[in-house]
Amino acid sequence: MAEILVLVDQVDGEVKKVTLELLTLAGRLGEPAAVWVGPGYEGAKDRLAEHGAAKVYVAADEELNSYVVAPKAALLAQLVNEKSPAAVLVPATPEGKEVAGRLAVRTGSGVLTDVVDVAEGFVAEHSIFGGGVIAHAKVTTGTPIIAVRPNSVAPEANPVTPAEEQVSVALSDADRAAKIVERVVQEKGERPDLTEAAIVVSGGRGVGGAENFSIIEALADSLGGAVGASRAATDAGWYPHQFQVGQTGKTVSPQLYIAVGISGAIQHRAGMQTSKTIVAINKDPEAPIFELVDFGVVGDLFQVAPQLTEEITKRK
Amino acid sequence: MNIVVLVKQVPDTESPRRLKSDDSTLDRAAADGVINELDEYAIEEALRVKEAHGGEVTVVTMGPDKATDSIRKALAMGADKAVHLVDDALSGSDALQTSYAIQQVLGRTGFDLVILGSESTDARTGVLAAMLAERLGVAQLSLANKVEIDGTAVTIQRQTDYGFDRVEASLPAVVSVVEKINEPRYPSFKGIMAAKKKPVETLSVADAGIDAGQVGLAAAATAVVDFAEAPPREQGQIVTDEGDGGVKIAEFLASKKFV
Repeated sequence: MAEILVLVDQVDGEVKKVTLELLTLAGRLGEPAAVWVGPGYEGAKDRLAEHGAAKVYVAADEELNSYVVAPKAALLAQLVNEKSPAAVLVPATPEGKEVAGRLAVRTGSGVLTDVVDVAEGFVAEHSIFGGGVIAHAKVTTGTPIIAVRPNSVAPEANPVTPAEEQVSVALSDADRAAKIVERVVQEKGERPDLTEAAIVVSGGRGVGGAENFSIIEALADSLGGAVGASRAATDAGWYPHQFQVGQTGKTVSPQLYIAVGISGAIQHRAGMQTSKTIVAINKDPEAPIFELVDFGVVGDLFQVAPQLTEEITKRK
Repeated sequence: MNIVVLVKQVPDTESPRRLKSDDSTLDRAAADGVINELDEYAIEEALRVKEAHGGEVTVVTMGPDKATDSIRKALAMGADKAVHLVDDALSGSDALQTSYAIQQVLGRTGFDLVILGSESTDARTGVLAAMLAERLGVAQLSLANKVEIDGTAVTIQRQTDYGFDRVEASLPAVVSVVEKINEPRYPSFKGIMAAKKKPVETLSVADAGIDAGQVGLAAAATAVVDFAEAPPREQGQIVTDEGDGGVKIAEFLASKKFV
């Protein structure tokens, strides 16, 4: 069976959930071959093996993580040339898409981004225009390079014993052109990453101020979810910009999305419309967010949200 | 400094966006065209670099005739001149081909710094900066929420999930920007008047030295198989809070096994 390369998404050896989703998807299309970049494989080995990584290419050189994106593309391009995989899957995160872009140029291959499913023959499904249109597309030139949106596939256990192969890649001067000199970690806390969280609770204009975001955080924490914010809230400086959900921010597709004090303008919907279950709390019964919801409450978020948090905590 | 800012005209998110039934490409005629929002931040950053370090800002746009409106707006904000790559042969080009075409235009304009928005609101591929850096063999300084230039040294903050990476490079470089890097200015009346006199060079595929066989729908490396409107979400249950709204949501979440 043909190999499907899967670029492992990890930070300091901690494997992101999207990697397991990609391995599961790759297992339906061929033989999953994980590609590990940088140190730390030993600690993550079991997690990959549990999810069907029949093969793992390990490029352990620390230098590969010292430059922006290019080394990852160089490594994948080398593997595409040497191993002739049937396709390459990467996470449709901002960085994953950039890796896909450089790899496409290097290998002269077509690239599909923000894919929500891949069927036989590598036909990729896209949800476009803020979820209004479902389109299917395929790569017609070269090796299909497909960036898959986190939370699109449920990861499945499929224990295997991976065949490991150490690989090294020679970087060019151009690959070393953008050097990462410092990694700055800002308030992460215990919450999951916004783009791959199963549950997201977002606050908007109705929250009314930075100090009130504690209400949103408490609700998110009671559910073990991530916190998001609408553009109105990030523009006002109530919550950091990297948590913005919407057309000019993050696209999320969680199992559960709770919109608190968010009217649901199309720019916001573009970032969350493919969420599986949507709940909203808003005082305006005419708010467009209610067109999307599975369950909505018209009411004062300052009453409803804390009561919800309390009730969830009580039921644990 | 020779600063090139890439501007894309996109359909307004507020107007109907659809694919054409004959060739599955974006129906650009059906919607109002506006400057891709993140490109406005790119224009602003280009102007700020020019104001601090001198030089000239050139707008480069690939798109149909009506993209002229977006070019005029960029010039009204303060860019010095523009190059408009417009040719029917380009219609239906995918990201790989677009990056090739723009590379050819950049070969004509030259550049120290290429600045663009990190993604467009229509296709949202987010790959162009990476593809251009790869093609041009220069530093990829993408997803920047801060740019600092000192001589030929450029430092950016690259936005990440955990915060940011500080990235260093030497010019020339490709910089893509995220929102919040700055606050784009509005064109002044004087700027709008001045923009009418600024030079806009129009290039065809042949003018730009682009191989027509390598661009356009027929040569694209990807193809749309089919498309359809997504089924509408079923109308959910909406209740008015009567003092127990939070409890009701909790009951709903419990029925879905979230709690």
